Amino acid sequence: MAAVRIPPTLRAEVGGARELEADGSTVAEVIDDLIERYPPLASQLLQDGELAPFVNVYVGGEDVRTRDGLETEVSAGDQLILLPAMAGGN
Amino acid sequence: MATYRELLAQVKTEIDEVSSIEAHERLESSDGSIFVDVREPDEWDEGHIPGAVYTGRGRLEQRIEGLVPDKSRPLVVYCSAGSRSAFAAKVLEELGYLNVVNLAGGFSDWKRNGFETTIPRTLSPEQRSRYSRHLLIPEVGEEGQQRLLDARVLLVGAGGLGSPASLYLAAAGVGTLGIVDADVVDESNLQRQIVHSTDRLGEPKVESAKRTLEALNPDVRVVPFQERLTSENVDRILAEGWDVIVDGADNFPTRYLVNDASVWSGIPVVHGSIFRFEGQVTVFAPGVGPCYRCLFPQPPPPELAPSCAEGGVLGVLPGIIGSIQANEALKLILDRGDSLAGRLLLFDALGTTLDEVSVRRNPDCPVCGDHPTITEYIDYVEFCNAPVHH
Repeated sequence: MAAVRIPPTLRAEVGGARELEADGSTVAEVIDDLIERYPPLASQLLQDGELAPFVNVYVGGEDVRTRDGLETEVSAGDQLILLPAMAGGN
Repeated sequence: MATYRELLAQVKTEIDEVSSIEAHERLESSDGSIFVDVREPDEWDEGHIPGAVYTGRGRLEQRIEGLVPDKSRPLVVYCSAGSRSAFAAKVLEELGYLNVVNLAGGFSDWKRNGFETTIPRTLSPEQRSRYSRHLLIPEVGEEGQQRLLDARVLLVGAGGLGSPASLYLAAAGVGTLGIVDADVVDESNLQRQIVHSTDRLGEPKVESAKRTLEALNPDVRVVPFQERLTSENVDRILAEGWDVIVDGADNFPTRYLVNDASVWSGIPVVHGSIFRFEGQVTVFAPGVGPCYRCLFPQPPPPELAPSCAEGGVLGVLPGIIGSIQANEALKLILDRGDSLAGRLLLFDALGTTLDEVSVRRNPDCPVCGDHPTITEYIDYVEFCNAPVHH
């Protein structure tokens, strides 16, 4: 069970939650668990089965792309951060 | 009880001295020696050894550890003739500095040898008063304040982030602020864009900001660019020469344009973005750390980007993120502290939490990577561009 921080840009897709618990021992499994419960997340997070290029996922503060990508291990109690690009400054 | 002469003679046996010629060789060879000037302020103002740090004899013990934290750095201490600095050298050794020499004959002998001197630009009495709280901080001081006055910062956007950032940069005495923004002040801006005000409704934002900032600090000159940053004008605007860019744009096309231009011009960008209750802030320093495309190689497709209609932002949030941007810009100018390069801060105003994630330079980055694939500006399809909603 990992805690997943939901960015404000994706909160509408998950009923407004700021953080969700999700099951899985890899990033892929955690994301699959989330998508199963909140299908609209799929297009926001994945593209052709890979992480979409405009979203980053961090485990323990490190970008999973610099580790094992979707196969990066997730331990119980880890915090995952989902981070889509956001441009607002005004 | 020893007389002054006896005491001086005694101290001179306890310290090491160098001649002006030896000291000059050290300066020329850039061997890491720091010259410490312990004369009175008016003597310093009339000329000093180039690159020397200044601390009057009276505050030497208090200030030196702030000015030179590394006690193994070689120090050359000088006054006008070598006597006051002899006592200063002794004190520095007592404070634990390992490699201290006194300049025999002092600044007078240095000048007699015809070696170069610098006449410092000095702050006016008004500036001394205005910036007194900066002058008290060793990390800023008079030299740092001069750096700020000489600095040129380009703000992209005079909106939510640009407002607090520009106000604090102007207050700090950053001498030249360029501002790029095509919009006019709208009533819906005033909930957060604190550089503007109700009597400016309908006025171009760059002009409104210029009035506010120049009224706040007459040392500041605002250079307005009342235009939207595009691939057509970005090179012209950057060619005016900027030390730091503060990116407070409100759309992806401008973000990527700012990034690509900054990488190609070698100008660091202090990046901030906000949405509802959440802000992100980091520094992209070309050649040092990652760029925006290392973080996000490309913008999301328009249909997946957060729509403007469901956007919104808590008014104080840009105040927090824009102030952090101003802080980072000041540190970059002063070359002090640790910048946010390589670290992205995520601020959540609802939970009042601050998370930090690492951002690494991507060797495959299309712009700053080892084999760049993007070599000219890209005009992304503009979306979320509805000025009335800004």
